[in-house]
Amino acid sequence: MTNGPDFAPALEAAVTRAIKGVTSISGLRRLSGGASQETWSFDGNGPAGAMPLILRRAPGGKRVERSSVAPTIETEAKAIRFAAKAGVPVPPVPYVLEERDQLGPGYLMGRVEGETIARKILRDPEFAEARPKLARQCGNILARIHAIDSAQIPELKPTDARTEIEQYRALYDSYDYPHPVFEIAFKWLEERLPEEPRLTLVHGDFRNGNLMIGPDGVRAVLDWEIVHVGDPAADLGWLCVNSWRFGESQNVVGGFGAVDELLAGYAEGGGKDMTAARVRFWEIFGTLKWGIMCMTMYQAFAKATDRTVERAAIGRRSSETEIDLVNLLFP
Amino acid sequence: MMDQPSALELVTAVKEFIEKHAMPQLSGHTAFHARVAANALGIVARELEFGPQANAEEQARLEALLGMKGSLDELNRELCRRIRAGGLGVATPGLGGHLRSTTMDKVGIDQPTYSGFKAAQSRP
Repeated sequence: MTNGPDFAPALEAAVTRAIKGVTSISGLRRLSGGASQETWSFDGNGPAGAMPLILRRAPGGKRVERSSVAPTIETEAKAIRFAAKAGVPVPPVPYVLEERDQLGPGYLMGRVEGETIARKILRDPEFAEARPKLARQCGNILARIHAIDSAQIPELKPTDARTEIEQYRALYDSYDYPHPVFEIAFKWLEERLPEEPRLTLVHGDFRNGNLMIGPDGVRAVLDWEIVHVGDPAADLGWLCVNSWRFGESQNVVGGFGAVDELLAGYAEGGGKDMTAARVRFWEIFGTLKWGIMCMTMYQAFAKATDRTVERAAIGRRSSETEIDLVNLLFP
Repeated sequence: MMDQPSALELVTAVKEFIEKHAMPQLSGHTAFHARVAANALGIVARELEFGPQANAEEQARLEALLGMKGSLDELNRELCRRIRAGGLGVATPGLGGHLRSTTMDKVGIDQPTYSGFKAAQSRP
C-alpha cells in the first residue's frame, strides 16, 4: 500500500498480523453511507489471491457520543458474530481492532457482493426472481435475529415503545415548531402502547439500503450500528415504513412484498406471537420517527453545524411522513 | 411594487440554469448537491405559486375548527396544544379533513412526486 489515507500503514500491519495468508493490502477507499461510522473498502492480498474486506471504524478513529441505544462498535461486531451463529446472512467478522493496532475502535468484515440501492432492487430485471421471495425471507431472517439470546451480549442497551416515544417526543418538543399531524400520531401511539411484549435483540435499522440483495435473494444484513434490546415488532414495522418502499407503495413490506408474507416467513423462522396489528403500531411509530429525524437533520443546518443544501432541504421531507401518517391514521 | 421578473420567474431561471447548464459540467458529490439545489428551488417556486392560497385556506379552516382568530403559527400551536391535552383527536369531526387538506397542500409543494401524495390523491 503506497498511497492512501494516513492510517493505511497501520491498517496493513493490523490486517497482515490478524488474517492468515494476507501479506499486503490494496485499493483502500472510503465508501459512502454509514453516517456515524467510517466504512472503508479494500483487498487483503496474499498467495491465495485477493480477499475482499471492509473496515468499519469510529470516525477518525475516535469514539463519539451517539444515540441513546447505539452500542459501541465492538458490541456491534459481537452482535454480528452472534447473528452469523444464529443463521442470519451477515458478512463474516474476522477481526476486531485492538489497542495496539493504533486505528481506534472498529472491526474488519468480509465484503459481500450484491446490491443495496432500493430503486435497482425494486425495478431492475436482474432482481425479478428475487423480489417475490424477499418479504418471506426477511420475516425468516428477523425471526432468527430475534431468537439470539441477548443475555449473551449484556452490553446491548434496552428500550421499549414507551421510552422510544418519550425520547422522540422530547426531540420534537425541543425544536419548538408545530406539527399537528405528529401530535396526533404521538397521541395515537401513547394510547395503544404494546402490553409488555417479550423483549429481544432488535437490529434497529432493518430496511432497504441496509440489505445486500443478489438475484438469489438476501445475501447479507448490514448496518448493525443501532442493534439493541427491544420490542421485536419494531424491526418488522420499520421495514414497512412507506419511505423505504421507494415508490412501490402497493407492496407494504419494503416495496417488494405483503405483510402476510412477512408474517409467514417470521413464523417459519420460529418467530412467535407476531401480528399485523403489532407491525402496524411500529410502522406508524417508524413513520413518525423518520419525520422527526428529518427535522433533526434540518437542525444541523439551522444550527450551522452542517451548512449543506442537502441538510437544509431534508426538512421539507417531513411532510412526506405527514401524508403517510394521515393515510394511516385517517383511512 | 417590484419590477419584472417576478420572484417566481427569477427562481425558475436559476433552477433552469443549474439543471441545463451547470449540472452537465459537474460530477460526483457536487453534481448530487446541484440536483438537490435545483429540487430545493422547485420547492421555492411551488411555494411562491401555491403557498399564499394554501395558507389562507389553512387559516380559515383552523379558525373554524378552533373557534378563534390568530396567525397561522398561533393557530397551529393552539391546535397542537389541544390535541396534546386530549380535547381534539382522531375522532373529532373535521380534524381529519383539515389535516388531510393541509398536508396535501404541504407535500404538493415540498415533494409532489412522493408516493404517499399520489396515494392520498387517489382517495375519494
